[in-house]
Amino acid sequence: MKQLEPVIFELSRSGRGATAQHPPAAEAVIPARFRRRRPPLLPEVSELQAVRHYTRLSQLNYSIDTQFYPLGSCTMKYNPRACNSLAMLPEFLGRHPLAPASTGQGVLACLFELQEMLKAVTGMAAVSLTPMAGAQGEFAGVAMIRAYHRARGDLARNEIIVPDAAHGTNPATASMCGMKIREIASLGNGDMDLAALDAALSPATAGIMLTNPSTLGVFERRITEIERKVHAVGGLVYYDGANLNAILGKVRPGDMGFDVIHMNLHKTFSTPHGGGGPGSGAVGVGKRLQPFLPVPVVGRDGDLYRWLDERDLPQSIGQLSGFMGNTGVLLRAYVYMRILGAAGMRRVGEFSTLNANYLLKRLREAGFDAAYPERRASHEFIVTLRRQAREQGVTAMDFAKRLLDYGYHAPTTYFPLLVPECLLIEPTETETREELDGFVDALAAIQREAETDAAMLKAAPHTLPVRRLDDVRAAKQLDVAWKPAGA
Amino acid sequence: MPYIPHTDEDVRAMQERIGIRDIDELFDEIPKELRIDSLPGVPGALTEMEVARLMAERAASDGRLLNFIGAGAYEHHIPAPVWAITTRGEFYSAYTPYQAEASQGTLQVMYEFQSMIAGLTAMDVSNASLYDGASALAEACLMAVRAHRRSKSARILVPSTVNPTWRRVARVITEGQGLMLEELPYCTEQGTTIPQSLARYAGQDITALVIQQPNFFGQLEDVDALTRWARANGAQVIAATNPVSLALLAPPGEWGEGGADIACGEAQPFGVPLSSGGPYVGFMATRMEHVRQMPGRIAGRTLDLDGKTGFTLTLQAREQHIRRGKATSNICTNQGLLMTAATIYLSLLGPVGLARVAAACVARTQELVDALTAQGGVRAAFPGPRFHEAVLLLGRPVAPVLESLAAEGIAGGYDLARDFPELGPALLVCATETRTSADIEAYAGALQRTLGRAAAA
Repeated sequence: MKQLEPVIFELSRSGRGATAQHPPAAEAVIPARFRRRRPPLLPEVSELQAVRHYTRLSQLNYSIDTQFYPLGSCTMKYNPRACNSLAMLPEFLGRHPLAPASTGQGVLACLFELQEMLKAVTGMAAVSLTPMAGAQGEFAGVAMIRAYHRARGDLARNEIIVPDAAHGTNPATASMCGMKIREIASLGNGDMDLAALDAALSPATAGIMLTNPSTLGVFERRITEIERKVHAVGGLVYYDGANLNAILGKVRPGDMGFDVIHMNLHKTFSTPHGGGGPGSGAVGVGKRLQPFLPVPVVGRDGDLYRWLDERDLPQSIGQLSGFMGNTGVLLRAYVYMRILGAAGMRRVGEFSTLNANYLLKRLREAGFDAAYPERRASHEFIVTLRRQAREQGVTAMDFAKRLLDYGYHAPTTYFPLLVPECLLIEPTETETREELDGFVDALAAIQREAETDAAMLKAAPHTLPVRRLDDVRAAKQLDVAWKPAGA
Repeated sequence: MPYIPHTDEDVRAMQERIGIRDIDELFDEIPKELRIDSLPGVPGALTEMEVARLMAERAASDGRLLNFIGAGAYEHHIPAPVWAITTRGEFYSAYTPYQAEASQGTLQVMYEFQSMIAGLTAMDVSNASLYDGASALAEACLMAVRAHRRSKSARILVPSTVNPTWRRVARVITEGQGLMLEELPYCTEQGTTIPQSLARYAGQDITALVIQQPNFFGQLEDVDALTRWARANGAQVIAATNPVSLALLAPPGEWGEGGADIACGEAQPFGVPLSSGGPYVGFMATRMEHVRQMPGRIAGRTLDLDGKTGFTLTLQAREQHIRRGKATSNICTNQGLLMTAATIYLSLLGPVGLARVAAACVARTQELVDALTAQGGVRAAFPGPRFHEAVLLLGRPVAPVLESLAAEGIAGGYDLARDFPELGPALLVCATETRTSADIEAYAGALQRTLGRAAAA
């Protein structure tokens, strides 16, 4: 079992420091009334202490590079190392965002071509790379829907329809954009309840936000009918690209009739999750929404690339970041797409779906219940442990925590909210059959433990640096910043 | 097949197990008329070697300029350990730490980052980062409206000395929720906000006042007077600060008598490369009384079943995955990797190193201003104290001067023509600890040649 590390402040000694990193002393002429009176609370450690501390902390994490990470809805596939090293070439890293475009034609060429490739794989008319995360892409999408209706003088449209299985960001985004949310139910087979959709549609409908395949791990078969119904009342159709990996190269959101989409480059295009960011939430639009794209976008005048801003796109919803978004992440996605090429894109959809269906089949053979047994899995699927909860008193959380002891990251638990005791499992295309088989064996072994020693399961994990943590205490006795003893 | 490990035998065996003859059968629930069988517009695959060649050529074509631009992104030395450790797979390829027991590394880094930001800003609590400085200011405005229960107006005063892009971004992000961001004028002689200009808002319901320190021009605002006005008039104070400057300058928690309510800003200067604009890392800190209104991830220290100390995400009831449409923000993640870099950076610099970086920035910028204004026709726009940026008045259009400097390998600054036309041709320049006297002389020489050519023409 790995040892925990003290907080870095506890290693600190006054007068110590990583002095190779300190520039020579200089005199700063600042009047006293602007000055800080006491130095800030920061640690004083040697360079080796810092290196060892953060290296050890890294070793307390599970990660794709060290473990199978079948976290549903997150697409934890291999993040190729080339994407990182080629985005971190010194010229790319050193370039100031406001340096003249004439001195950034190399990076702009990559971003322009990335825009073009994303248009091609999604079937959309135009792309803006600027949103800094999936949630910001969603914000841009709903803001564009709002701007579109306003530009037409259609001011009464203030409702966004969201299926009950949607990611929490969908309703949260709609609220941020000042929209009301109409939630509609799913059917027992995972498809949307079209009667509920009909009931929700009205002259107040601004649009609908959909993920397809849905978060239930199945393809919405009546997507064309849904699209026609929403368009018929004057609403627009938004595609949440969280599950784009499942259909890459097989079907395109643009062909399904979507007006606007966001793509999570950190999922489908394999940029790193980084312990929770940076993401990148590029948006794509059909012709109707093109004038409203967030700026900047890369344009081309003859042979020269340059950033287009509000002066070029006067109806744009505007700028969402201090500069142009997460360029370094975009370069990683660009490298990934160039290495995969068109055929590789199609294989992403195919092999992620193959792995998911194989894993589902093997788990069902091992005695686990699929939430939607009559359906094909997309790139992910849901196992429900409702029966185990009833018979052995163990929960999805118990299985998840015990999986950590077996050296696997847990699947997503308790999402989507409408399937009880669920595990949302997404293996991705980059895992071997042996890895999937090992995961099945682990879950089967845990099932046997549930039958013989449920108490042990409920106390899992047993081999990690810490055991289950007291979340209630964390929220009630809030300790979110280190203080010296006695402070 | 790049990154796909399946052998032919794997595919055969897996298809057989599933009960299909071809992978394509797995897509039989997708209506046929929607399916495609090729991707025109996506080029063919390249090997890693070929892409490496392409990227190296493109990087080389961009070259490396001697940089004197700031305007919201700053070039600082990045200690070698920062990215060597940050790009370790265990940080780089992990997800948001929902499974706390398997994510103690990321969670503890979050806790340490929060502690360092709280220390720098002299605020009680910090979150574990936001996307960038501009969006952090937008989130701070939204938060102020939630946190200020007596104010009903959602009016926020924003001096025009606040970064103009940040102002634009804040407007875009807050517009849907009905916030009104109202601009305050500045003194074109001093380059700072005039506290007396607030007088006309006395007695009105103002939710918050934004104060950027140092301001976009690099000048130091009278933060104490501005904060006192806000306190006396029932408005909250949102501080937007360059965190490097906080090693030297009074922290937001100590402004005026009561301090700011929310401190936010851009932590890119802490070990994050310029990288054409991102990814960067926003920060936000506040007083304990407002913590439940703060957006973004927060890590907390707690105990495990054995009573051992550990870390977990806390106050998640604020967040979208729990609260959905009623969340404090739609933010899903923080800026984990960049936060990790910033935390390692701060641990290496410490209070002494960071104060030296800040002091060197002030000194180098003064040296730069002296060198550039030694030539005829160039003068500093504002006389007062500044941090590491300065506005220079050139007396002739800035854009061609910058193009000419770029041709000599110098990124000479940021043209203020778009956002501050009232200043006439004005250039915002910056020098950090990374600029040497030789660099500054090189810039001065190039500027002299450029202006000389322009005068001769």
